[in-house]
Amino acid sequence: MGFTLVEKILGRATGQKDVRAGDVVEPRVDMAMSHENAALVLNQFQEIFSGTGLEPRVWDRERIAIIFDHRVPAESSKTATNQKKVREFVASQGITRFHDIRGDEGGICHQILPENGYVRPAWVVVGTDSHTTSHGALGAFSFGIGATEMAAVWALGRALNVTVPGTIKVVVEGELRPGVVPKDLILHLIGRLTAQGANFKVIEFHGPAIRGMSTSGRLTLCNMTVEAGATSGIVPPDAETLRYLHEEAGVREVPEDTLLSPDLDAHYQEELTVDASTLEPQVACPHSVDNVKPVREVAGTKVHQIVIGSCTNGRLDDLEAAAAILRGRKVAAGTRMLVFPASYRVYMAALERGLVADLLRAGAVVMNPGCGPCLGVHQGALGDGEVALATTNRNFKGRMGNPRSEVYLCSPTVAAASALTGAITDPREVN
Amino acid sequence: MAKVVLQLGDDISTDIIYPGRFMATVLPTETPQHAFADHPEFNQRLRAGEIPAGSIILAGNNFGCGSSREQAASCLKGHGLVVVARSFARIFLQNAVNLGLPVVICPSVEAGEGDELEVTPTAVVNRSSGQSYPVTPLAPAQQAIIDAGGLIPYARARLVEKHRAAAR
Repeated sequence: MGFTLVEKILGRATGQKDVRAGDVVEPRVDMAMSHENAALVLNQFQEIFSGTGLEPRVWDRERIAIIFDHRVPAESSKTATNQKKVREFVASQGITRFHDIRGDEGGICHQILPENGYVRPAWVVVGTDSHTTSHGALGAFSFGIGATEMAAVWALGRALNVTVPGTIKVVVEGELRPGVVPKDLILHLIGRLTAQGANFKVIEFHGPAIRGMSTSGRLTLCNMTVEAGATSGIVPPDAETLRYLHEEAGVREVPEDTLLSPDLDAHYQEELTVDASTLEPQVACPHSVDNVKPVREVAGTKVHQIVIGSCTNGRLDDLEAAAAILRGRKVAAGTRMLVFPASYRVYMAALERGLVADLLRAGAVVMNPGCGPCLGVHQGALGDGEVALATTNRNFKGRMGNPRSEVYLCSPTVAAASALTGAITDPREVN
Repeated sequence: MAKVVLQLGDDISTDIIYPGRFMATVLPTETPQHAFADHPEFNQRLRAGEIPAGSIILAGNNFGCGSSREQAASCLKGHGLVVVARSFARIFLQNAVNLGLPVVICPSVEAGEGDELEVTPTAVVNRSSGQSYPVTPLAPAQQAIIDAGGLIPYARARLVEKHRAAAR
């Protein structure tokens, strides 16, 4: 019997020949990512060394990435103090892949990793963030862990006690129709699988619609697999992966033996087929990500705040799609629109292409790269009874900072079309 | 025997257990004050010390879904709570094991707020209804971490072992 892609990657990372779903392994880690919660990781890291007589040193200062994105610039003295502690730790350990709050290197961790070549095919990537699933888009096995687990990785360079996940194979046939984008596909899938349908499993993506999809779109898909409970999403690397690594991530050489494919006779726990050509624009309705409906069923719902951004949909093609709809038009009166480029590289490209000017002239507020209001800390809290329509990834009650508000999730095209009308709108009806 | 002090449904996210706006608070000594902050009445009872250690939160499937924030486990541990759920989300379950928050997987459990439950390694017995429900044991790899007293001592032992091996 053949191997799934994740079984093959974990076989490489453990040096074991026959790694199967259900086995417990301790793979070496190729990249370990944290954001502001590195403040908690470093406490736990020091605790591991306590009483051993050993000096606390990270196992590999070049395989740890720390990116400030959740609360940038700091919204409180508490956050600022945490960030200060992390900066001091980074300096004392000589950690090389640190992205501070700066216009020449900052952004959201799940954008910084791929665009800087910090993720490669066949790598094992862990992150203290549930959306670490994103990086499966480049053919890595990439999953979220807690802060204490990360402290153990910093100390030992291995992920401890990893149960090899089973895999759900998702084949996406056909082609997405105009106005329908990867976000619609993943929302549809989450609706089908439910919020727990992929718990403890990996979703491996196949089919012509995936082969024809950009890395940006694949990042959107893999990003939200965790909303179905998945340990990760993964796309077998192909010509598009190599194009992205060479042209956008500045990676010169990708060893051939890292371009793994699952075996044709691999064992899948479940197989699912989606016909992309039948999909229409989707929204996830309050207060759960699997409460997914076609846009037409909720069209006309009044929205007070539109958010375009986040690790799910803040890349250049997302801003382009929004600007194309808003160019020369106006955000409806009574609706606020906030746009968060996913990184300063994205921000700069959007500036150079005139997209930022298009968005500002339409009435949108273009914010600094970062997580923005997605996790309810700052930069766009909602008032009592208000409704947000966002390209982010979670709509749990209170997620955007107020349990007396509602969040709908959608694609950048649905968000931009709805900004024009002030109500949830099918982008195919706005030309 | 302990009382169910809060009954919850399916898909309770870590945003419900520990809202994102408190994420700058990281110390296990400080996180408990924000447990279930958006359930003001329950939060108030916890903070007032009205809920005895060992009390049970009873939940449906997929408890702890969403964010990987470890505060969601440390805030409940700080109040000495036990979580009995039909199933747990992956990262929350691992965080609970790593920090030593008692979690019990009981896929068929039926109980309500105020019921008295007896939790054994193999079953949850609802003393109020007389019914017994089987417990799904944790994976051996998770039990090993619990037996070591949590992930920090477990990782510390591995670290010492690694350095001894390197020195040989």
